Amino acid sequence: MFKEAEIRTFIEGTTNYFETSAQQSATVGSPYLVTDGNPGAYEYTGVIGVTGARKGVVYFTAPRGMLTVLLMRMQETDTSDENIKDLVGEVANTISGNARRDFGKNFVISVPVVIAHDLEKVTTPHSRSFVIPINWRTHSAKLVVCLE
Amino acid sequence: MDTSVRSKGTLKLMIVDDSNIIRRRIERSQQIARLEVVGAASNGRAAVEMFRRTQPDVVTMDLTMPEMDGIECVEELIAINSEVLILVVSALADKATAVEAIEKGANGFLCKPFTDRQLNDALEELLSEA
Repeated sequence: MFKEAEIRTFIEGTTNYFETSAQQSATVGSPYLVTDGNPGAYEYTGVIGVTGARKGVVYFTAPRGMLTVLLMRMQETDTSDENIKDLVGEVANTISGNARRDFGKNFVISVPVVIAHDLEKVTTPHSRSFVIPINWRTHSAKLVVCLE
Repeated sequence: MDTSVRSKGTLKLMIVDDSNIIRRRIERSQQIARLEVVGAASNGRAAVEMFRRTQPDVVTMDLTMPEMDGIECVEELIAINSEVLILVVSALADKATAVEAIEKGANGFLCKPFTDRQLNDALEELLSEA
């Protein structure tokens, strides 16, 4: 079973993403455990399937406002819905891929699946998930880690 | 006649990544005067086709992509032209993946996320070793 101590890998991946890509730190709140299978989502969600030594999903979910500003911080002028969806998938992919630094090559990740404008479609394969709250500028987002 | 990358003036760069914003970011951020972007592909299969058509000297290569992943694509590109310089740009941060990419023929590895400076330093290093 995924251990609470292992959540640190994802916290570091999240803070590193914002510091490097946006050149602006994000604040990570205390991670909490959700056991009812409903960790929640914002308007845009990038979902990464995990197979191999660990099984489950990692997803990054954020509102459009945050993703728009993040794109602009990356000097991207095209803030179309397509690019917003691209970005939310790329954030999920980057944080999940970086986790292989600690979990190794058998932490096998899929290409991102993006869910937009349909919060009910965002589901987890197990009832138990860790949620990492993320605050950046005036925006809130979260990273959800649902692994066996 | 010396046709190696070292002897050429302008070098052709192809960008391979399934993310449009990363493709655009690399194109926008790379400041190497010798590099001219000749194309961008969103998966390995499209990259092989574009590689044959545009014959780039330098390639930035994502690893996690649909249709054909980056490791397989590196092998295919090297089989077509063993002189090509390939910088893998990937979020996969484990050492084994970097070693595998190098063994298959890549010349460098840059971990995502990256700053503009890190990208340019990695490209400079790639070219200096050519």
